[in-house]
Amino acid sequence: MLSAPLVVEFPFTRSLGPVQSAFLTGLRERTVLGVRGSDGRVVVPPVEYDPVTAEEIRELVEVAPTGTVTTWAWNPSPRRGQPLATPFAWVLVRLDGADTALLHALDAPGPQAVRTGMRIRVRWAAQRTGSITDIACFETYETSGETSGETSGTGGTSETGRTSRGGGVDGAGGTGETQEPYEGQAAREAAAAHTGEFADAVTTITTPARLDYTYTPGRAQSRYLTALAGRRIVGERCPSCRKVYVPPRGACPTCGIATAEEVGVGPAGTVTTFCVVNIKARNLDIEVPYVYAHIALDGADLPLHARIGGIPYDQVRMGLRVTPVWAEGERHPDHFRPTGEPDADYDSYKELI
Amino acid sequence: MREVAVVAFAQSDHVRDSSEVSEAEMLMPVLHDVLEQTGLKARDIGFICSGSSDYLAGRAFSFTMALDGVGAWPPVAESHVETDGAWALYEAWVHLLTGDADTALVYAYGKSSPGALREVLTRQLDPYYLAPLWPDSVALAALQARALIDAGVTDERAMAAVAAGARAAADGNPHAHLRGEVPMGEYVVHPLRTGDCPPVDDGAAAVVLAAGDTARRLARRHSRRPAWIRGMDHRIEAHSLGVRDLTDSPSTRLAARNAGAFQRPVDTAELHAPFTSQQVLLRRALELEEDVTVNPSGGALAANPVMAAGLIRLGEAAARVQRGASDRALAHATSGPCLQQNLVAVLEGEEGE
Repeated sequence: MLSAPLVVEFPFTRSLGPVQSAFLTGLRERTVLGVRGSDGRVVVPPVEYDPVTAEEIRELVEVAPTGTVTTWAWNPSPRRGQPLATPFAWVLVRLDGADTALLHALDAPGPQAVRTGMRIRVRWAAQRTGSITDIACFETYETSGETSGETSGTGGTSETGRTSRGGGVDGAGGTGETQEPYEGQAAREAAAAHTGEFADAVTTITTPARLDYTYTPGRAQSRYLTALAGRRIVGERCPSCRKVYVPPRGACPTCGIATAEEVGVGPAGTVTTFCVVNIKARNLDIEVPYVYAHIALDGADLPLHARIGGIPYDQVRMGLRVTPVWAEGERHPDHFRPTGEPDADYDSYKELI
Repeated sequence: MREVAVVAFAQSDHVRDSSEVSEAEMLMPVLHDVLEQTGLKARDIGFICSGSSDYLAGRAFSFTMALDGVGAWPPVAESHVETDGAWALYEAWVHLLTGDADTALVYAYGKSSPGALREVLTRQLDPYYLAPLWPDSVALAALQARALIDAGVTDERAMAAVAAGARAAADGNPHAHLRGEVPMGEYVVHPLRTGDCPPVDDGAAAVVLAAGDTARRLARRHSRRPAWIRGMDHRIEAHSLGVRDLTDSPSTRLAARNAGAFQRPVDTAELHAPFTSQQVLLRRALELEEDVTVNPSGGALAANPVMAAGLIRLGEAAARVQRGASDRALAHATSGPCLQQNLVAVLEGEEGE
C-alpha cells in the first residue's frame, strides 16, 4: 500500500474590524482592551457584535494585565505551535476589569502550582506584532504574601530556561513597567474608557497554519500508481455496467459498486477534447502556452487528463493519437506526445468526450 | 406536518487506521448495507445528504470522491454539510418535511488516521484569538472538565465510572473500537486521562429516512417498525469559551425542549459525549433520570469516527426503536469545542407497527 507525507500549509491573511484592530494593536503596545456590551459587561477579548442583542458595539475600555484563573488544564506535552515549549497550564483568565475570560497559557512549574482563582498576570513577548501571541503567556502573580514555595516567583520562571515561542520574554520586574494589580470593585472601575486609537494600527493579521498528513490513496489507486511506476496503465472494470475506469477509484461512480477486475489499457489513446493554458502556474516549470487534454486511452471508457507535448500547441486537435512519455526515473508520465498515426475517427471517441 | 422516520441504519467497524482503503472504499459497504435493508437503489432515493470534513482528509472537496460510492448517475439530488452527519440528517429531514421527496439517504464518514486529529480540530477555532495558540481538542475539553470538578458537578472517580460504563456497554456493539476493561491511563491533559478521552477512529455510517406510508412499507421488509422523528432541533452557543458557562449546556437543553424531549420521559438516550465529563454534563442538561438507558452502544467513548459519531447516535437510537428495545429515545449530536453546537432528536415507535 502506497503512502506519502502530505503537508497542507495556508497563511490566512485576515482583515480586522475596528474592534479587533484596536485589541491586537493594543497588545503590541502592552495595553489590553475590552468592549462594553449592552448589559454593561466588559468582554475580553473583545467582540464586534453584542453577545446579547447582536448590535454592533464599539465602546472600548482598557482592562488590567492581571487577572484571575476561572478554569485550567495542565498540558504535560506541549504540541507544535502552542505558546510554551515546556509543560504548562491552559487557562481561562478573567482579567481585572473584564467580565469574560481569555484563553491562554500559564507558565507554572507543575499542576500542583495551579488552581482556579489564582492570580496571574501577562508576560509580554519581547517582539510584538499585533497578535494574540504578543502575550507570550501568563505567569503567577500572587499578592499579599500568597506566593508559596511551590509556586516559583515571576522572576524565577523566566530564569529557569522556560522558553516561549515569541523568542524570549521581557524580564519581569525591575523595568519599571510592571503595573500595580487591580482587585475587586477597584478593578471594575479601573476598566477605563479607551479610544482604541494607536499610531500605526494593525489592520490585518496573517495566521499561518500547517497540518501534516500521511496520504494513503487506498487499494485501487495504489495499484494504479504502482503500475504507472512500472510504465503500465491499468483501469478497473465495473462488474455491472462493464465500463473500464481509468484511473480506478475502487468504485463505479455510475453503479455505486466496487470495482476490482484490473484491465490493462493504452498506452496510446485519442485526444477527445483539450484546452490551451496561457497562465504559468507557480512552481510549475512548463512554458506557456501549452495544451491540457482529455485522452481516451485505448480500452478505457473514461478519459483521463494530461499535458500534450512534442507538438506545437496550436496543432493539437480532437482525434489526435497520443502516447505517454515517462521521463527518466519518473513514477508517472510527464506528458503525452503524438504517435504519428492518422487521427481517430470522431465516431470512435464521441461517447467519451 | 408530514411524518418522517428512520427506516434503516448501518455503520462500519470503527478502527484506528484504515489506510488500506480510500474514503469511497470505506463508505461503500455501509451504503450497500443500508440500501439493502430498504430494498432501494441509490437512483430510487429522493434526496442524498452527507457530512464530512476536508480537514480530516487534508484535501479540498474530498466529499466529491466519496460520491463515487453512491453512484451519482443518472443525476441525483445531493447536498453536503461540512460537519457531523447528524446535521446532514437534519437537512434531509427538513427536505422530506417540505414534501419534495419521500426518501432520503444520509451518510457520514471520517478518516482521522491521515493527520493529527487534536491539531486538525484547532482549525475550527476563532482565527484571531484562539487558532494562533493551537489549543487542541483535549485541552479545551479538559478546561471544561476542570470547571465541572471545581463546581462540584463531578470528580475524577465519577468520570472514570462513565468510561467504564461506556466500555462495558460497548461489549454488545461489534462495531465499537474500545470494549471491555481499559485502564484509565495517564493524564493526557489534566484532569483528563486517556480513559476520559475518545479513541481516534476511522469509520462511516448511513441512515435512510422515509416519510409516511413509504416509511411503513420500507420498515416492514425486515419486520421492523419505523423510528418516527417526533422533533429535532439544533442550537449553538457563543464561540468564545470565555463567555460561556462551561458547566452547563443551555443549547442542548433548548434544542431538547424544542424537539419535545421534555414532554414525556424517554427510556433511552444516545448522547454524543466524546469526553466522560461531557456525558455527566449532558445528563444534567437533559434532566435524564437514573432509569434512562444512556449510550447502550458505548457512545463516542467506545467508537469515535469524527463527523460520523453524531449521526451514529441518531442511528443507534433509531435502531433500538425499530427493533422494539425502546419506545421513546433521545438522540444527541455535538460539534465544536466544549459542546458548542448541539442537536437533539426525539424518536418514537408506534404500537402495532
